Amino acid sequence: MPATLRWLGRRLILAAFVVFGAATAAFAAMNLMPGDPVLTILGSTNPTPALIAQVRSDLGYDEPFAVRYAEFLGRLVHGDLGQSYQLREPVTEVITGQLLPTAELALTAFVLALAVAAVLAVTTAGRRPAVRRVVSALELLTTSSPGFWIGILLLTFLSFRIHLFPAAGGDGVNGLVLPAITLALGMTGVFSQVLRAGLERALEEPYALTARARGTGETAVRTRHALRHALIPVLTLSGWALGTLLSGAVVVETVFGRRGIGRVMATAVIGRDVPTVTGVVIVSAVFFTLINILVDGLYRVIDPRLRQEKA
Amino acid sequence: MTLVETAAKATAAPSRAAFRPPPAATLVAGLALALIGVAFLWPGLIAPHSPDVADPVNALLPPGGGHLFGTDQLGRDTFSRVIYGTRPSLTIGIGATALAALAGSLLGVLALAGGRVLDEAIMRVTDVFLAFPGLLLALLVVAVLGPGTTNATLALAASATPGFVRLARAQALVVRRSDYVRAAVILGRPRAAIVLRHILPNALPPLLVLALVNVGTAIIAGSSLSFLGLGPQAPTPEWGAMLSDGRDFLSTAWHLAVFPGLAVTVTVFAINIVGRSLQVRFEGRTPGAGL
Amino acid sequence: MPDSDRTLLTVEGLRVGFRVPGGRIEAVRGVDFTLAAGECLAIVGESGSGKSVTARALVGLAGTGASVGADRLELDGLDLRGIGDRQWREVRGGRIGLVLQDALSSLDPLRTIGAEIGETLQNHGGGTRAERRARAVDLLRQVHLPDPEIRVGWHSHELSGGQRQRALIAASMAADPPVLIADEPTTALDVTVQAQILDLLAAKKDAGTALLLISHDLAVVARLADRIAVMHGGRFVEQGEARDILVDPAHPYTRTLLTAVPTTRPRGTRLSLTPIAGPPPGPDGCTYAASCPLAADSCRTGPIVPVLREPGHAVLCPRTDEPWPAPPPPLANRAAPAETTGEDDEPATVIEVTGVTKSYGGPPAVLEASLRLRAGRTLGVVGESGSGKSTLALLVLGLLEPDAGTIEVLGRPWSARPERERRALRGRIQLVPQDPLAAFDPRYRVGRIIAEALGVPGAWAARRDRRIAGLLERVGLDPSLAGRHPRQLSGGQRQRVAIARALASEPEVLVCDEAVSALDVSVQAQILDLFVDLQRELGLALLFISHDLGVVHHISDDVVVMRSAEIVERGPVERVFQSPEHPYTKALLTALPSPEDVLDDPGPVARPT
Repeated sequence: MPATLRWLGRRLILAAFVVFGAATAAFAAMNLMPGDPVLTILGSTNPTPALIAQVRSDLGYDEPFAVRYAEFLGRLVHGDLGQSYQLREPVTEVITGQLLPTAELALTAFVLALAVAAVLAVTTAGRRPAVRRVVSALELLTTSSPGFWIGILLLTFLSFRIHLFPAAGGDGVNGLVLPAITLALGMTGVFSQVLRAGLERALEEPYALTARARGTGETAVRTRHALRHALIPVLTLSGWALGTLLSGAVVVETVFGRRGIGRVMATAVIGRDVPTVTGVVIVSAVFFTLINILVDGLYRVIDPRLRQEKA
Repeated sequence: MTLVETAAKATAAPSRAAFRPPPAATLVAGLALALIGVAFLWPGLIAPHSPDVADPVNALLPPGGGHLFGTDQLGRDTFSRVIYGTRPSLTIGIGATALAALAGSLLGVLALAGGRVLDEAIMRVTDVFLAFPGLLLALLVVAVLGPGTTNATLALAASATPGFVRLARAQALVVRRSDYVRAAVILGRPRAAIVLRHILPNALPPLLVLALVNVGTAIIAGSSLSFLGLGPQAPTPEWGAMLSDGRDFLSTAWHLAVFPGLAVTVTVFAINIVGRSLQVRFEGRTPGAGL
Repeated sequence: MPDSDRTLLTVEGLRVGFRVPGGRIEAVRGVDFTLAAGECLAIVGESGSGKSVTARALVGLAGTGASVGADRLELDGLDLRGIGDRQWREVRGGRIGLVLQDALSSLDPLRTIGAEIGETLQNHGGGTRAERRARAVDLLRQVHLPDPEIRVGWHSHELSGGQRQRALIAASMAADPPVLIADEPTTALDVTVQAQILDLLAAKKDAGTALLLISHDLAVVARLADRIAVMHGGRFVEQGEARDILVDPAHPYTRTLLTAVPTTRPRGTRLSLTPIAGPPPGPDGCTYAASCPLAADSCRTGPIVPVLREPGHAVLCPRTDEPWPAPPPPLANRAAPAETTGEDDEPATVIEVTGVTKSYGGPPAVLEASLRLRAGRTLGVVGESGSGKSTLALLVLGLLEPDAGTIEVLGRPWSARPERERRALRGRIQLVPQDPLAAFDPRYRVGRIIAEALGVPGAWAARRDRRIAGLLERVGLDPSLAGRHPRQLSGGQRQRVAIARALASEPEVLVCDEAVSALDVSVQAQILDLFVDLQRELGLALLFISHDLGVVHHISDDVVVMRSAEIVERGPVERVFQSPEHPYTKALLTALPSPEDVLDDPGPVARPT
């Protein structure tokens, strides 16, 4: 499959460029920060000039800009994202230590959103207008509510009032339920709207009529023909969705007091711990770019028309 | 007999849009937005109390009596704070969208009009910025610039601009390649007339509708930043910040958790309904209408 | 021929209505017919006549919101009225096969054609996966798809238009249904491919399949149909033996339709009557009364009772013996030259294309094309899809730059010039597009569309309004339409607006790119007549690009035939059509369907008597 190989090659080169650009932007951000970063790191402890000079030299801030940029890129290639101002440990370690709870939360929310949306869409697509309309309005409502508010409401009424779930932290499934629902709610609305629109479009297509005219039953027309077509736009969205879930985690982990990258990020932004923030941003950009390549690849598996050579 | 055709199409194609708000809902949403507009411009007309006057004796009162939405931990009237909170809460979302739509449209059109090299340059940089998922770019900008209304607005504008660049370029491209622009060329219309009379008037309205829908998203994002303590600072009555303040009293004062969030939801819901109605009107002219 | 007289399908009083916002629309209002094994009945009608709805109602797929009623609806002894979903599924594909028009969208683009055929087999009997695949290969071979073992694993986008239609027919016939309904099976196809598909359907018919053919094109059905039903406004207005209908049409609508087919008309004769716009008929009245030359008041009020003209030839019109209005005078001899150059009697050249080549990066779309259009004359460019004729139009209009060769317009250089220089000349060469709606700014109303073409924004509004009204009248539209939006107009009216706009700058040349292809036959006839009138009055030169040989024959003085980017034949239209030299032109003309096919020995199509 030379076409597929060429596609993959092109995508990887483009991805490398995008990641390089993202790293450069992050580096620029670090250096654009108003005020002296060394003073920010040392905080309010009224440091002696000797200590300032010492830290400055330790962190390489006395080098020229170009040298620092080159060193930054060099360290990046080796997986070194610098030192956190606040936590005083390497950013790489901070991130890897917190990766798992966030991945768990985001994936649970993603699967939950997709499953609920699929059920909603397949059962309501092209059926009773009244039911459809109510469901669509509810979907629009959930996408109109801020996630952190939903989280606070769930906490207020399910944790503080009837003590169904732990209010903060909590490991295992119990601690995951409310945060995952909170994170999934808005996403479900988006997925189910897109999925239903795709199904309805596919069910109107002549190939659906032809399939029925062959004696194929309604369920088979929906699952065998229409669903594959409807999944294409959902797939396109899933890259965006994972990114949104990641930034949603920043708020949700704060609301529920969960450990994770999001909480690290929120604390770092408030404390203006720029190395940690850029570290998280660069790692997410890499991850996001890879996800997008994966999505494009799946796209080609589902739709054979895309496997053809194209200019 | 084209009536039959329309009938067949109308019945065979129930609806292409995900949700077509009924006219009544659009009207209600429009009225709600008008009311929100009054609260934005003249909060004093609606709010019964000052948003800042503390009254510790009457702290954490439940809704009812003289306080429609109850009072907060300092005894301030929650209803008045929600009303006065309209302006700081919406400023970030509206300001960020306006900035992003303006900058994005200019860059998108520039990319298309400025020749191949400029086009490549602008679009590749846009790709780089689109690689930062969701709010992360905004968080990076706030981390660098520090919290506050202006910085939060700039941060959200920065994260929304790349999307507008892409959309504006795609939209202008669709119009430029359309048969009616070709027809104007064949008529010998001057280039400026084609751009001013055909390309801009047809490319802009769908972009404006998308900008309107984006205002809703940006308001949610703005209140999220405020909730994290990155937006307007105390004692400004911002909805997200109010929710953040109320978190410590959830077990006793549920109303502190409900009303500011309800304000965000109602506003964004109304914007989305009006936006959807407008989108339906422009259907077929919007390439891959954004979410 | 097995069971050739056995009646398989009996339909009496079929009615289909649709609920629409604010009321109900009767799409089919009482249709009767029978269909026997080995027989072909063609239902012919224009868009909106109810023909497709009739076809779909027979397999219970009239659509959501449709209500179907009938006095009798029987399929070989099975009453189709009120059968359940399970029984319908057995009927569909098992006892009635349905082939739709556009094979590209009628085959699921995400599935292989083998899977599509296999689905029919699985629904009706089945067998193992391997057996279904073997059977699919077998079926593809039967429809003459080359290399069926390989192509069975292909997707529809990898096949050509004709191959796709074959695969679709194979999928519909996989379970050997005794009845086949083909809804516009050849409409999207090139004329040579169209002939092959018709032959394939004829073979099915000869093998004993009962064939219900739905088409807008009388010429296409003439090859295949034993009987023809002409449909208008949800009713069969005339039904009878194909020969009777085509040779001795009785209903005014059938007569109009037949006159409108350009293939059979000598050049210079009119294809349409002067349009009539009578008051609309009542609910029981004749649906054709509003535009019928024979209509009387009783036609509008109704009810209309069918008249038996001969045995088996029924007409839904009591006034068939009224005198038919005198045909409009034949058009003036168009040999009259508009301008002459001094030395010879040929009119001046308005477009001169010399050795033009254009490619979009791949193989050339136009290769060394040369042609000359003279003032006041019509040059037809005919070719199948992908022959490069549309690229040629773009080149002549100066919207594309040729890679090699030159184009001159009105004696001045046109290609390889900056647009600023071309602009002065632009008003003198105008385009009539295929899809006028897309060529109008979606925000504009008719008046503003034409005002833009008049191009004087500062001119006095009143004077401009007079000129807009004048242009609309010239193309046969009521000036009051200036306030309408093009979306509110019919296809024919939109095309007239496009012509009015093209005329606004008083051009010498009109480039017509498939300008009548999207129109119904009777509307196409009116637009073609309009072109001829305008040419005579204004001395216009026409570059008429079309895939339709009949249209090109009717309107052109000279013709060029394009194939795979090259011009393969050129000459005066009579010479090219009567004694074609290039084998491709010969093949095209042989494949060209005509209503008169019913008279001739039908060539490859064997007709049972």
